[in-house]
Parts: sequence; C-alpha cells; structure tokens
Amino acid sequence: MQTHPAKRVEIVIEEVMQRRLTDTLLKAGVTGFTVLPVRGGSGRSGLWSRAGQVGRAGGMVAVMCIVRADRLDALLEAAFAVVETHIGLVSVTDCDVVRADRF
Amino acid sequence: MSIYLLFAIGFKGGVAVDAAGPGGTLALALLAGVVLSFALPVVAFALLRAMTRLSPLDAAAVAAHYGSISIVTFVAGTSVLDAAGIAFDGWMVAVAAAMEAPAILSALWLVARSGTGRPIDGELWRDILLNGSIVLLVGSFAIGWITGQPGLDRIASFIVAPFQGVLCLFLLDMGLVAGRGLRTAGGILRPGLLAFGILMPLVGAAAGAATGALLGLGTGSGMLFMVLGASASYIAVPAAMRVALPDANPSIYLTLSLGVTFPFNLTLGLPLYLAVSRMIAGG
Repeated sequence: MQTHPAKRVEIVIEEVMQRRLTDTLLKAGVTGFTVLPVRGGSGRSGLWSRAGQVGRAGGMVAVMCIVRADRLDALLEAAFAVVETHIGLVSVTDCDVVRADRF
Repeated sequence: MSIYLLFAIGFKGGVAVDAAGPGGTLALALLAGVVLSFALPVVAFALLRAMTRLSPLDAAAVAAHYGSISIVTFVAGTSVLDAAGIAFDGWMVAVAAAMEAPAILSALWLVARSGTGRPIDGELWRDILLNGSIVLLVGSFAIGWITGQPGLDRIASFIVAPFQGVLCLFLLDMGLVAGRGLRTAGGILRPGLLAFGILMPLVGAAAGAATGALLGLGTGSGMLFMVLGASASYIAVPAAMRVALPDANPSIYLTLSLGVTFPFNLTLGLPLYLAVSRMIAGG
C-alpha cells in the first residue's frame, strides 16, 4: 500500500492547558488531533500518579497530532508558546500515513 | 460524587429560599462573602511571609486557596447542623458560590505588585468566574428556587435520603487522596507551613464569625460563615493557579489545603466553629 511521510507531534501537558493548546493547534493549521488521558509517570518533579489528584489541576493529558513536514515549524512555534512555562513534554517523530490529503 | 453533592446542596438551598424568602440579609451576606474572599488572601499572604520562607509567588498562590472555599467542608458543616437540629439559611449556598472566585483575583493582584505573574486573558476570566463548581452550585440553587417544594418532592428520594451516605463515601475518598498527597509531598511541610495550615483556618473562622455577628445571623448561618472563612479550596483555585501562576509550586498549596487544613477543619474545626457560633448567637 502506498504511504506518505508525515510528522507525529505528541505533547504531554497539564489538563488545565488542554483547551488552550488544542485551540492553538487548530489555529496553526492542524486538521485534527487526539487527546489521551495520562495516568502517571516520572520526570523532573519525581513520580506522579493521577490516582492521587483531586480536580483538573493535578491532571495531565497527551495531545497527539499528525502534520505534513512543511507545517511542523509553524505548529511547534505556536504550541511551544502555550506549553513553555508549564509542566510537560513535546516530542516529534517521523511516521507514515495512508491518506496524505487528510493532513 | 462531587457533582451529586454540589447539585444536592445547591438544590436544597434554593428550595429553602423559596420557602422562607430571600430576605434583606441575602444581598448583604453575598457582599460580605465577596469582601471576605478578597480580604483573606491578603491576610494569608502577610502571615505566610512572616511565618515561612516562601517566595512572594508561592505565598500568593497559597493565599488564594485560603480566601476561596471548600464546598465539601461546607457540605459537612451543613450535615453537622442538621444532626444538631440547628437551622441555617438556605441562601448560604449562594454565599459559598460567591466566595469561590474573588480570592483568585486578590492573589493575582498580590503577584502583580511584585512584578511577576501574567495578565488575565478572556479564557482565564472564564476559568475563574465560570468554573464547574460555581456553575453547578448556582444552577442547581436557581432550579431549586424556581421549582420549590414540589420540585424537591419529586427528586427527594435521590437527593435527600442517600445524601449522608454519599457524603460519607466522598469524605472517605478525599481522606485517601489527602493521605496519598501527604505521603508523596509531606517533605515540603516545614514547621512554619504546617503552623500556617492550622492557624489560617482559625483566622478565617474568626473573620467569618465577626462577619456573621455583624450581619446578625443565627447560630447555623453564623457557623457556616465561619466554615467558609476557614476552609481552603483544593479544586477550583489550584486549576486557576496552574494557568495563571505556573511557576508557583503546586505541591505546597495542594498539600497545605488538602492535607492539612481540610482534615483539621473536618475533625477539630467544625465542632469548634459550632461551639463559638453558639456562644455568639446564643443558639
């Protein structure tokens, strides 16, 4: 099957910033995204688990989107302006998609 | 469960106002609650700067929590009053809702004075003024007020009979969460912070008692004003602080409000506030 190269951007961020981030992604030309709950992990602030949190303040989500390579820089600049001061993680990986016209 | 508790307490408060009428004290009580919520963070900030080594940013973030309220502590306070057979004004629920947000603005003002923080954009205003607990509380209060006793009769089997059981279950869950928080972040609780977590609710309760006395409230409503002054937010304000003051350490304010002040209020605070309110109002 014919596939096409693309970039997969994954941003793990505090739940309270989710809407701000996704609004920014849409404005930056992203055609779609997926939001996943994050149950726990470990980083610079030590171990963290959703089970010990009350309300949205302590929650984290992972926002994933796939874009064409030529749109990546604009997307990262826009997204980073939102996540810069917050706890989180931004990563980019190469991927292949089947229906390139959707990205 | 928190949605159930907010809905039940808001609805029953609205029904009580429909039955007794709002009276002239409602507007004054709302105004007093807003002023109290604006003022308490300033007091908390001064205490924190005097008692601890927190930075102005962290101190302001913590202070915001102590000007706002814990609706669960408020609900527990109403249950104590119900068990003691002491009446309270149904509109105290509206006062609780009014006291959720002003403290956040006070804290942001305290931070702005030190030249840090970020401006409040439209989305942050929406988060502050229309957070879920405020909308649910005010909405269910309005529905209870509009539908009155007939409305309550239709859903009494849902929001009256199971209420105590759900509250017990919720408090048990909150206890587990508070315990986990203390275990993971207990290291930040230096003596000064710990003392603040106990002292500040007493200061807030005293301010609430004075406010209740000035308004001429009865024992029940006076005690609830003390509870509102004494309690610290751990849901609405932390979310606002993460957006507005992301550099403030969340472990400090969450551990203090949920791990120290919340259990203090439930175990020692509520009986104390009831006793003081009885002395003031003579109930």
